[in-house]
Amino acid sequence: MTATLDGAPRLQRSWDSRAAWNFIGGGAGTGLLLAAAAALPAGWPYFPAGALGIALIGFGLSMVWLEIGRPFRALNVFFHPQTSWMSREALLALPLFALAGIATLADQSFVPLPLQMRLLVTPLASAAAALGLAFLYCQARILKASHGVPAWREPSLQWVIIVTGITEGLGLMLFLSFFVGSPPAWAIPTSLASLIARAGAWEYYRHRLNPRVPAPAVAALSRISLPVHLLGHALPALLLLVSLVAPMPLVPAAVAGLAMVVAGAWLKFAVVTRAAFTQGFSIPFMPVRGRASTAAAADVRPGQ
Amino acid sequence: MRLGASEQTAMTRYVMVADLRRCIGCQTCTAACKQANATPPGVQWRRVLDLEVGEYPAVRRVFVPTGCQHCADPPCEWVCPTTATRRRPDGIVEILYDLCIGCSACAVACPYEARYKVEKQEFAFGDEPTADEELRADDSRIGVATKCTFCADIVDAGVAHGLTPGEHPDATPACVNLCISGALAFGDIDNPQSKVSKLLRENKHFRMHEEQGTNPGFYYLWDEDLCHDRDP
Repeated sequence: MTATLDGAPRLQRSWDSRAAWNFIGGGAGTGLLLAAAAALPAGWPYFPAGALGIALIGFGLSMVWLEIGRPFRALNVFFHPQTSWMSREALLALPLFALAGIATLADQSFVPLPLQMRLLVTPLASAAAALGLAFLYCQARILKASHGVPAWREPSLQWVIIVTGITEGLGLMLFLSFFVGSPPAWAIPTSLASLIARAGAWEYYRHRLNPRVPAPAVAALSRISLPVHLLGHALPALLLLVSLVAPMPLVPAAVAGLAMVVAGAWLKFAVVTRAAFTQGFSIPFMPVRGRASTAAAADVRPGQ
Repeated sequence: MRLGASEQTAMTRYVMVADLRRCIGCQTCTAACKQANATPPGVQWRRVLDLEVGEYPAVRRVFVPTGCQHCADPPCEWVCPTTATRRRPDGIVEILYDLCIGCSACAVACPYEARYKVEKQEFAFGDEPTADEELRADDSRIGVATKCTFCADIVDAGVAHGLTPGEHPDATPACVNLCISGALAFGDIDNPQSKVSKLLRENKHFRMHEEQGTNPGFYYLWDEDLCHDRDP
């Protein structure tokens, strides 16, 4: 049964690229804080990762601030943590910035600080990593709570968001290692595992979408799927394997890390801005005007 | 004895009923809503979808009034980070404009595309407001989420004067008052004697996107319930 497109799914415009940047910056930033905290026992410096992680999360939240209609009332965002994942995300951001900020300052060597401060880096960074993980989970739940957008409310998207954030964090760590020194020994195998996990989560998510979401949303994600797999999964995996045997392992590892980050951002950008088709309208029954009607029962879903 | 507003809402859930057999797609409800609520261009708190179903020669048209469904479990309320969106005891989902930050989380949470946000004041005929627009321009609705309120101000004023919403025009949403085909009805579904309760008893009906668990307060009639024992 066909129908005109009045009431058909449409690409929502309420959240645009600024919202996408929040998920990109927040995911990569929290992933980096997690990776950096895990790398502390191996002697990897926290300062650059902490600073970059905070900057990325702050950048993402700033983008949201630019998107809201009443930016000078932004503090109202804290009012509804009982049910709103956006409130929870904002509430977590405060201690996250504080803990990661203090750990970052304590780890730097430009300003002389008491030795006791340096001893705080590991516990503070660990706490910041835990908060970062919770922040990332909130971001995933923000999308799931968006009932008006079928591609977002699909539960498996949560895993894509979380695994992508962790993968981006590992990628940034590999990239930063080019400048600050070798990453821990576990970084390469863990990154390979995260790439496999992200590719799997992405494919499972796409598998779950069809036929639950409007066809244009499926098509939008299908268009980027192969390039993301090639440039964001296969290429970095290959480079990471090369880095295990190459004479200058930091170079292929850094390029792999960059590809991991770019692919994650690309993927999230597409989900937020290209696949965000609304559900549209549907009526399960046609109105019966006169008993002789033969088309009384029909499931009408314009554009679907 | 006249009931006070709070007493009247203690066991009340206001809902709207749209008879799809009666709706002729004239958009009078849309115009009435725009006039009553002074919504800017492009904002239609009450929309009527015009669906053309089937293929020639078996083509049918159906008109579907939509808007905020005033859900009993509104996803817009859950996601709102400011508590600006809240459900009143009488079932009307309202937005407190002074709290709203315009984050649009509610807009993407609503399965009914019922929410709007405008960034600046716009007028129907260019830069200059009409006399009515000038009189009724409301800066508090700029940069925040807006939607159908079931004309809560009219309902509240009517209830305060002892009128029954859905029966008395002074206590009834504008779209229902002006519907020329009698397709729209409004009232308290918890009152078995209300018009909406009778309509729902006597007709087959559905609600849109019920699978989302929103428990919408907007019912669509599509056929007579021939098995129903009519009220005397």
